[in-house]
Amino acid sequence: MYGLFLRHFFLIKSSFPRILDLIYWPSIQIILWGFISKFFSTYSDYYNNTVGVILTCAILYDFLFRSSISFNMLFLEEIWSRNFTNLFIAPVKIGEIIIALIFTALVRTLIGLVPAILLTSPLFGISILNLGVPLFFLFLSLYVFGITLGLFVSSGLLRFGPSFENIAWSSLFLLAPLGCIYYPIEILPEIFQILAKLLPLVYIFDEARSILVNNVVNYNNIFHAFYLNIIYLVIGISLFYYSFFQARKKGSLINMGE
Amino acid sequence: MNNSIELINLSKSYNDKVAVKNISFQVKENEIIGLLGPNGCGKTTTIAMILGLLKPTNGKILINNKDIELHKISLLHKMNFISPYIELPKKLTVKENLIVYGKLYDVKNLSDRIDHLCNELRLKNFLNKITGELSSGQKNRVSLAKAFINDPNILLLDEPTASLDPETGDYVRTFLENYKKEKKISILLASHNMDEVKRLCSFVLMMKNGKIIDKGNPNELIKKHGRKNLEEVFLKLTRSKNEF
Repeated sequence: MYGLFLRHFFLIKSSFPRILDLIYWPSIQIILWGFISKFFSTYSDYYNNTVGVILTCAILYDFLFRSSISFNMLFLEEIWSRNFTNLFIAPVKIGEIIIALIFTALVRTLIGLVPAILLTSPLFGISILNLGVPLFFLFLSLYVFGITLGLFVSSGLLRFGPSFENIAWSSLFLLAPLGCIYYPIEILPEIFQILAKLLPLVYIFDEARSILVNNVVNYNNIFHAFYLNIIYLVIGISLFYYSFFQARKKGSLINMGE
Repeated sequence: MNNSIELINLSKSYNDKVAVKNISFQVKENEIIGLLGPNGCGKTTTIAMILGLLKPTNGKILINNKDIELHKISLLHKMNFISPYIELPKKLTVKENLIVYGKLYDVKNLSDRIDHLCNELRLKNFLNKITGELSSGQKNRVSLAKAFINDPNILLLDEPTASLDPETGDYVRTFLENYKKEKKISILLASHNMDEVKRLCSFVLMMKNGKIIDKGNPNELIKKHGRKNLEEVFLKLTRSKNEF
């Protein structure tokens, strides 16, 4: 498990462009959303804290996005480097592979996001820490969901091989509109509202807005997100195991590469 | 029995296609067995099943008398594999790769082990170089070091000297011979290089269409088929419609 973490740690630390790439996109994303929300706050009085709300939601969404992409990237790195066989003939349990990927994905995500979060204070006078203690639960909830999506996509990669790579990149964009990241659920058409309520994202972002706009902590939202996360995580892990066993049957673990 | 591989009535099918059909053989301790056959005859499939990468449709694989399907993780600690078709992470240095695999195989005294392999395989000069920037010969030696990092007693080799120049090829073969002599390990070697097989293997299995069509000591096979060398035996067997 530690070996697998080291493999990705060595990869990141030895490449400055790789570190830059991890930091660059979250920072650009946050700065862009910061200016957009500043513009909205000048011309709208819907929220009394527009910049804070939009920027905080942008940071939370980026955390989700980065954690999911990081998980997928780690898996894809093994495929791209044709190291898949070496990994699966090592005495490592599937559970250990999952745990190593979860931990390494967190490190990757934080490398990218911490500088972006630090930028928001001097540039826009916003601190995500204003969310207080619930912030930890929101991050945790988003991280679990990001990892779960990563597990779904990695299961697809195991089952269908590198051709599934494009799904890895687009999986989160598919869910983003239903996640109600920047708007309340009422904005969605009724049928989409039903689907959206099946995702933990709606509760997480609703909670963030509730704290920032109304100064009210609604722990029901946090519990709801957690219940859903646990269900999806169990499905994600089961699917990953199932895909691994199917890949062993179909031979897709042999010489998998670009 | 220690350090042994035993395949019992092993088969692998993908839907209607049979890749390996009811094969049985044994690799004993301190023995190198050659697995020969044309491309697509089932050699790599057989090796993948022994490594636990592929689930057999039927049959059993025993490593040191234990079923690989039931004891995969504990058995893999003392097994390893070399193939030119799989690579180590290219962006990592040679040393980083050896550390990573040493940790994955839970090797005790890892730095001593890496030092030992560096001396044995002459890796010192490029230990801190990026693996992807090495020549094929150097990469092959690094792959060997990875394969020996856990001091395996079961080794599976899939064309280990393919695409190597004669000097490096000979170096690899000598290293394998010496290692086998010293550690009494069991080796299954799939190769298209008949001279290599004749030099290293005490016994040869000829495969065709997923089946073992003939087997024996290389010299005995040459004699039995009335040919000059193993390559001619290989051609005769693979071109023939009969099984021997």
